[in-house]
This record gives sequence, structure tokens and C-alpha cells, in this order.
Amino acid sequence: MAKYWHSVTLEPDYCNGCTHCLDGCPTEAIRIVNGKAKIIDERCIDCGECLKVCPYHAKGALSDSLDILKKFKYTVALPAISLYGQFSIGYDLNKVLNTFLHLGFDDVYDVGYAAEILSDYQKKVIKEDDKLHISTYCPAITRLIQIRYQDLIDNIVKLESPMEVAARLMRKKIMKEKNFKSEEIGIFYISQCPAKITSARVPIGIEKSCVDGSLAIDKLYTKIIKLYDEIEVEKDILKSSSKGYNWGRVGGQSFSMGIDNYIAVDGIAEVISVLDNIEMGKLPKLNFFEGYACVGGCVGGPLNVENSFVAKNRIRKLSQVAKEKNDIVLSDYPKEIIEWNQEIKGSDVMKLDNDFNKAIKKMAKIEKIFQKLPKINCGACGAPTCHAFAEDIVKGKTTIDKCVVLNNKKRRKTNESI
Amino acid sequence: MNSFITNNDGIVLKYVVGNDDFSIVGEVSSKIKNVLKQLNIDNKLIRRVSIATYEAEVNVAIHSLGGYIEVTITENEIKIKIRDNGPGIKDTKLAMEKGYSTASNKARELGFGAGMGLPNMKRCSDEFKIESKFGEYTELNMKFIK
Ligand SMILES: Nc1ncnc2c1ncn2[C@@H]1O[C@H](COP(=O)(O)OP(=O)(O)OP(=O)(O)O)[C@@H](O)[C@H]1O
Ligand code: SF4
Ligand code: SF4
Ligand SMILES: [Mg+2]
Repeated sequence: MAKYWHSVTLEPDYCNGCTHCLDGCPTEAIRIVNGKAKIIDERCIDCGECLKVCPYHAKGALSDSLDILKKFKYTVALPAISLYGQFSIGYDLNKVLNTFLHLGFDDVYDVGYAAEILSDYQKKVIKEDDKLHISTYCPAITRLIQIRYQDLIDNIVKLESPMEVAARLMRKKIMKEKNFKSEEIGIFYISQCPAKITSARVPIGIEKSCVDGSLAIDKLYTKIIKLYDEIEVEKDILKSSSKGYNWGRVGGQSFSMGIDNYIAVDGIAEVISVLDNIEMGKLPKLNFFEGYACVGGCVGGPLNVENSFVAKNRIRKLSQVAKEKNDIVLSDYPKEIIEWNQEIKGSDVMKLDNDFNKAIKKMAKIEKIFQKLPKINCGACGAPTCHAFAEDIVKGKTTIDKCVVLNNKKRRKTNESI
Repeated sequence: MNSFITNNDGIVLKYVVGNDDFSIVGEVSSKIKNVLKQLNIDNKLIRRVSIATYEAEVNVAIHSLGGYIEVTITENEIKIKIRDNGPGIKDTKLAMEKGYSTASNKARELGFGAGMGLPNMKRCSDEFKIESKFGEYTELNMKFIK
């Protein structure tokens, strides 16, 4: 497996080089090179911000198609919890889950139930230590921390996502009950976002994901709606209570754990601002941080179809109606199923050099160049800011003659002298 | 950054801190933090510097008439100097006491005024000096050993 693989990709044919995507990228991962946007792999966290703002739909999320099911003897769908917010109230969600059996899957598991297991498990972890615990539910935020907030890596809760836990439970169950070999079983996440698709391929905290691939919600949605009217319910699949549903929206984890001393933040810019505050010691007594790249939490995932506020409201209503069940016995779920087993490492991409003296020299060069630049962050050079442009020059990735404002000035001067 | 100087040992960064805009308090500390991250300085050290600089920046913004923060980064240490244009502190020993605060109601509403800023700076730094002339200035010097 390559070191970097990203679900977020760019379709150069559609890209107009318009610079819309440059500004919003939280890790300054995009450059416009020869009139086309380019993503710097080692910086991208798959947050999907660029995808949301592109007016030409030049950016997309790589996902699998239903054809992949043919490769396996027994297949399972794991629909994202935020799928529950994509249907108006009145839809029978158990019937919605049953439509997957007609899409070609042999079985479906309610990921919301895995979230309930994790609610109880995570609560136990948090209660054991009153330090700050940072949720890893949104992989884009975990990757952001690896790149930009390395001193917070120790605060990360090293637990799997509901998706992964669900996949592990299902694989075990099918191997045992149906006698299939592991490689004959295909488990697929029905995804609301590219970050989850990436983390099923290139996971954090574990060597290999138990998920074999991901299909995007928006690509299946019309099929699901159609099937819903045609099919009969075959199975009881839905198991979620209020605790499970809530993981679909910001604040839901804290709600489900019934804890008090938490902060829940949605939208990548706000997450960055709060993480900055945490680093500067502004929130000293905080016990839990749940942050989401998307507005509203996972209901705001870019591969969902419904407006995130509408979907979030539905999740709220669902969780009110569903009441809370507490039927989970934690001892049924050993550590191997729930916890990460690998170290979480920081990334070096934001560092100028690992050698302090070299880094200082580079920084001095960057500042010298930066002082010459117009500091208007116009993006015409292809970099998101004049400062990032100066950094790119020193890294040898571009040249100062790409600055159109400086060039114009020079031209004006020569014109005047003529 | 308002000025940037390199010399043989390392670099000196200087930032102006105003006293009229609460909404941007913390921006300078944030910038300093990002510079330290680029220089591959130890995370735990960055954390200490960030907390101390932030507290100092807040104090300049809410208690003073404005000033500047100067950061010197060398191979072995980080020095932070914060100097403002008054009004100064009458009794610096009292100001250093945990819980002592003269913060306004407005500042308290925003969550400042626990009287913990200066003690926190002292706790986070390896060397801490406070100097003030009432009616003139306050100057803090902190040293962090790498
Ligand atoms: N730069 C300064 N200029 C003038 N007075 C200051 C300055 N810094 C601190 N003081 C005085 O010292 C007191 C204590 O400062 P300290 O930072 O410890 O607490 P605080 O700012 O009042 O509250 P907190 O920092 O917990 O929000 C302040 O209330 C203020 O009276
Ligand atoms: S997905 Fe996010 S991190 Fe990656 S290039 Fe787009 S905006 Fe940047
Ligand atoms: S908030 Fe949820 S939907 Fe959005 S990127 Fe993170 S995990 Fe994906
Ligand atoms: Mg203070």
C-alpha cells in the first residue's frame, strides 16, 4: 500500500484554475500549477473543504461501485449513521436498511449500534483519567492533529470508529455462523465523506482496516429511494437507540456518554480555532473534545444528499423518539475489537527542516522574500498566501517571477523609464 | 510579524500587541506558536511557551496601553520579552499572587480575571522576571531552556 492514498481527487478536465479551493484548505495543501489545482498528498487530510467550494465540481471522492460486490461470496453493508438523517420523518429506517439487501448485499449492520458500544467504552476511558481526551471519530481532525497539533497527539482517544468496530464484529460473526473464510467476506462502508473512505484504505492507529471498501451515499441514494417503495421488510436490522443516532451530529458523542465537561465543535475553521485555544491553555479543565470537519457533524459530510441543518434536526428528533437503551455489556467487547494498537505519529510536513540551524536559515530566507511580496494573498501565483508562496520559493517548488503583482510593478517601471 | 532579524545565534521576532481589540487577543501567540512548530522545536516546550505568551499577550491587551512581544530563538533556549507602554504595576509582588486581579467587569465576562496569568507564566517558564514602573511601563522577561 502506498504511503499516501486519498479519496479526495481532482478531475483536471473540469478544473478551471479559479483558486476557489486554495483559501479554505486547512493545511495549505493546494497549489495551482499550470492553470490546474494540485493537491499535495502529504498535507491533505481529506476534509473535503475543497470539494464543497469547487464551482466546477472538478473535485470528487474516489469510492467503489456496486460491481465490487461480485468479488466476494458474502457481502455486508455498513451504512453511515448520518444516512438516518437523509430521509424525511415518517420513513421506516429499518426498511431503508432492508433496501441494501436488494442492492446486492447479503447482510446489513446498524453502525449506530456499534456507536452505542463505543459510547459506553469511551465513557469508561474518559472517566478513568481526568486529562483532556480528544475524539478520533472524524479522521480528518485526527489527521489535522498529526500535522498541525502534534503536542495534542497524546490526548487522542485511541479507540476505533463505529465503522471499524461494526466491521470486526460482523466479520467474526459471519466466519463463525456461516463458515466463510475471511477473504470470502466483503464488508463495505456506505460513506458520507472522503475522510472515512480514506481511513478504510489507509487507517490510523491500526495496520489494516476490516472494511474492504466504501460506496458513497450520494451515488446510492436514488436507488435506495426507489427500492424503498418496491420492497418488503425481510429482517430486523435497526438496533439503534438515541445513543447511536446521536453520533450523526455534533455533540452527539458527549450526549450519548452523558458527560458534562466537554466541548463539541463543528466546521474545520472553528475546530482549528478551538485547538489553538486548547494549545494556549485557554480550556484547562476540559475532559473531552469532539471536533468535526463538517458543519453539523457527520450529517454535513460532503457525500450526503440532504442539507446538513435539516439532517441534523432529523437526527435530533429521531433520538428524542427512540429513547435510550442500556443493554450493552462491555465485557462482551474485548480490547482487541475496540482499541487502536499502533502509535500515532506526528507528520513533518509543516516543519521547515529537522535540523534547527537549517530551519532557521530557511525561515530567514522565507521572511526576506516575504517582505518583498505584496501581501495581498491574491492566489494568482498558485499558492494560498504570499507567505506560503515565499515558503514554496525557498523549498524550490516555484519561482518569484510567478508573482503577477510584482511583475506588473516591474513592467510599469520599465514602461515609465521608456 | 512586524520585524524579523537573524544573527549568528538564531532569530529575533517582534510583534506589536494592541490594546483595543479583544477579538484578536491570542493572534500573536498563535503566530509565535506556528513559527516554533516550523522550527521543529519540542512539542512540550512549544506548549509551555504558548501558554506563557498567551497569558502575557492577554495582559498587554486588557491591562495596558499596548506594547510588543519579542521572541529570541537560539539553539539552546527561547527568550520572550514583553514590554508595554504603561500604566505599569504599583506592586508587582502583589500582582504575582495567585488570585490577585484588577480586571474590569467586561474582561471578567469574557472569562479573564482569575488572577492566574502571571503565576502561570512563572510556572511555565524556566526563568521569569517582572519589572514595572508605575505610570510608565511593565516588562516581563521569560527564558525557556530547550
Ligand atoms: N501588563 C500589565 N500592565 C498593567 N497591569 C498589569 C499587567 N499585567 C498584569 N497586571 C496587573 O496584575 C494583575 C494580575 O495579573 P494576572 O495576569 O495574574 O491576572 P489577571 O490578568 O487579572 O487575570 P487572568 O490572567 O487570570 O485572566 C492584573 O489584574 C493587573 O492588575
Ligand atoms: S480535502 Fe481538505 S485538506 Fe485535502 S486538499 Fe481538499 S481542502 Fe485541503
Ligand atoms: S465530520 Fe464526519 S462526515 Fe465530515 S469529514 Fe469528519 S467524519 Fe467525515
Ligand atoms: Mg492575566
